[in-house]
Amino acid sequence: MDVMPKWAEVVLVPLISLILAAILSALVILAIGEDPVEAVNLMITGALGSTYGWGYTLYYATNFLFTGLAVSVAFHAGLFNIGGEGQAMLGGLGVALACLLIPWPHWTLALIGATLAAGLFGAAWAAIPAFLQAKRGSHIVITTIMFNFIAAGLLNYVLVNLMRPAGSMDPATARFPETVHLPTLHDILGTVGISFSKAAPANVTFLIAVVACVLVWLLLWRTWLGYEIRSYGKSEAAAKYAGISPVAITMIAMLISGALAGMMAINNVMGEAERLVLNAVEGAGFIGIAVALMGRSHPFGVFLAAILFGFLYQGGAELALWTSIPRELIVVIQALVILFTGALDNMVRMPLERLFLMMRRGDA
Amino acid sequence: MTAPAIELKGISKAFGPVQANKDISIRVMPGTIHGIIGENGAGKSTLMSILYGFYKADKGEIFISGTKTEIPDSQAAIAAGIGMVFQHFKLVENFTVLENIILGAEDGGLLRPSLAKARKSLIGLAEEYGLNVDPDALIEEIGVGMQQRVEILKALYRQADILILDEPTGVLTPAEADQLFRILGRLREEGKTIILITHKLREIMEATDTVSVMRRGEMTATVKTSDTSPAELAELMVGRKVLLRVDKKPAAPGDVVLDIKGLRVVDDQKVERLKGIDLQVRAGEIVGIAGVAGNGQSELLEVLGGYADGTGVVTLNGQTLDLSGKHSDGRSRRGRGIGHVPEDRQREGLIMDFSAWENTAFGYHRAEAYQSGLLLNNQAIRNDTAEKMARFDVRPPNPALAAKNFSGGNQQKIVLAREIERNPDLLLIGQPTRGVDIGAIEFIHQQIVALRDQGKAILLVSVELEEILALADRVAVMFDGHIMGERLSSETDEKELGLLMAGVGS
Repeated sequence: MDVMPKWAEVVLVPLISLILAAILSALVILAIGEDPVEAVNLMITGALGSTYGWGYTLYYATNFLFTGLAVSVAFHAGLFNIGGEGQAMLGGLGVALACLLIPWPHWTLALIGATLAAGLFGAAWAAIPAFLQAKRGSHIVITTIMFNFIAAGLLNYVLVNLMRPAGSMDPATARFPETVHLPTLHDILGTVGISFSKAAPANVTFLIAVVACVLVWLLLWRTWLGYEIRSYGKSEAAAKYAGISPVAITMIAMLISGALAGMMAINNVMGEAERLVLNAVEGAGFIGIAVALMGRSHPFGVFLAAILFGFLYQGGAELALWTSIPRELIVVIQALVILFTGALDNMVRMPLERLFLMMRRGDA
Repeated sequence: MTAPAIELKGISKAFGPVQANKDISIRVMPGTIHGIIGENGAGKSTLMSILYGFYKADKGEIFISGTKTEIPDSQAAIAAGIGMVFQHFKLVENFTVLENIILGAEDGGLLRPSLAKARKSLIGLAEEYGLNVDPDALIEEIGVGMQQRVEILKALYRQADILILDEPTGVLTPAEADQLFRILGRLREEGKTIILITHKLREIMEATDTVSVMRRGEMTATVKTSDTSPAELAELMVGRKVLLRVDKKPAAPGDVVLDIKGLRVVDDQKVERLKGIDLQVRAGEIVGIAGVAGNGQSELLEVLGGYADGTGVVTLNGQTLDLSGKHSDGRSRRGRGIGHVPEDRQREGLIMDFSAWENTAFGYHRAEAYQSGLLLNNQAIRNDTAEKMARFDVRPPNPALAAKNFSGGNQQKIVLAREIERNPDLLLIGQPTRGVDIGAIEFIHQQIVALRDQGKAILLVSVELEEILALADRVAVMFDGHIMGERLSSETDEKELGLLMAGVGS
């Protein structure tokens, strides 16, 4: 018997966690002598008050959607993929190679090619830890973390020594050709007569991310493969009994997870920077863990959580820009949200469960 | 007249539309062993959870030794002198016995004084009740019977006068169960009151002074144990006459379906678990594998079920089965017509968090009937499940309910329905009625016999000798990875099999 009704489980618990995080953040802002009400105002207007703000919020959210989905798929197989960061870096390399080496006639073809390359590179980077886990039992948490560092080192080498245009002092690739320029939300919404900020980086990738949400949902709950992934994640003994191969599922789940993380690169590398720079991922791989936790590893939850974190990122940037609240404090606020929605989940859940139990008793 | 140790008056409790307890009144006299018997889902556990403070009754009153008592949580229950021994032990595996006993009842911040105090009182308890346990042994290193003693000691250490035991013999060997009942007898002599929840009639008859019968949330009768009989109790439990013996015709064995020659299995620790097994199972017969648990029966089922590697020659209908490699997994076995009801349904046979309908597809989820294009045809699986649930009388018949929310007997029916309805040539069944109530046992046995009568081959593994003798047409006894001997069940008895089980050759 479930103690709480479903709506309380999926809506109330995260909401209360958020409010608690907000209260604590307000106290921190008060403590450094700033006005929390004004700060909240600034964050909301900055992130949601204009199409420019929305453009950035959705841009960040797109990154988090991919990495959040990546972590979620692995979660369902009982695997904790902390390597989203490295897989997204490699995805970026795939995108850069696809965009620079192949003379694409049109952005649509380039987008398909770059998406495949990003997914392939990300999956390849996840494949090694997955293989080590499946065959040798090396714990995937440890290996994926280590692979983040290796990825950073590898990218550093490639950008400095191999892909840097001659004469450039900047460890980055050349700019991608004009033909692979992806339409931004300004371009897309303009065709239906809605005006959207031209300066904001949100682009067609956002729509791909939404499609990815639907596809992941279909995969997990509507295909036998997803059924096998979830079964294995719940009980390895039962999976073996049913003839589900632990090695195959570990590999497949991690390949899908790595591919999703890698695909983030079509947003930040192809859609925004239009060249590959060092540290292009900017921590989105790690935010994906928080997004998956908060979204309970369900694509719809991941969608909401990704928008929330997009808001926090953009709102935080605005805060740093217009007030004397230092940049570091924004990170503190984001960390508080992660702490409350992810790690301290039970702190909210337990009293709520008790409350519902009491209400149920009271009803009778 | 002394006040009852526990008196419940008019206890009612509903979960949504389900009335788990209906106006239950019961008096348990001090210094007695009071049995509560009923099928799974009859409301025994709910009633005890109310008494132990896990649930609050919608209506009704609780009196402890004549005083009206509110029990809002388990702390209050402990304070009122009630101790509970759960079916699944709540012990920390890598702690010692002593550490487990004081866990949650430490005095002060330092461990040493509490441990010393516990050690002293443990010696006292051991003398008083014959509950000998090595206080410094680690839980993971002592047997199940000992672990149960630790649970009883935990309750006694917290000064419990009333002990509730929930299905205490479910995990015990017959010898361990006898020991448990001796201990319970000692506790009664010392004036403790014991409530024994079980669905096993034999235990009620042997151990209790008074017995209350529950059916569908109601208390149908409370009688003195000496005034009743197993048949009468069974009828009170189920609400109709129950066959305590399996009703079956003599077997008509046909062709050999399963032929095992020289089967060996070496486990992960490089220990040889099967040391050359030869066995045949024919169409239309049930072959029972008897033996004390851990003599290779589990490995036999695993290798035949496709998830342990072995060597030797195994044929099914004359075709060789791969015993290792790519074509040796649960899926290819199912493809060959082998159904498998595993020994541990909660660990292997079901995904406890999945709904009943998801579990009905488990192992057969790639079947064509369940697909529509690239996607699963969830509606087809749901419909299929609803039909299977109806045919196997699974209660409640709700395909969307998670497996963990069904009682043991109904979980087993879900697994059985899934495996039998696939119409396998060979059905492997491990412990078909472990933790299953008697109404369901009768039903499950009938289903197995019906499958035999359709001409299917059945390999049955059970640690319950009675069950083997009742169901099997032929019995093979396993000891230390060997088959010690085969007997026709009509020509043998428990004594002869018992000797074979102990490794005494024929």
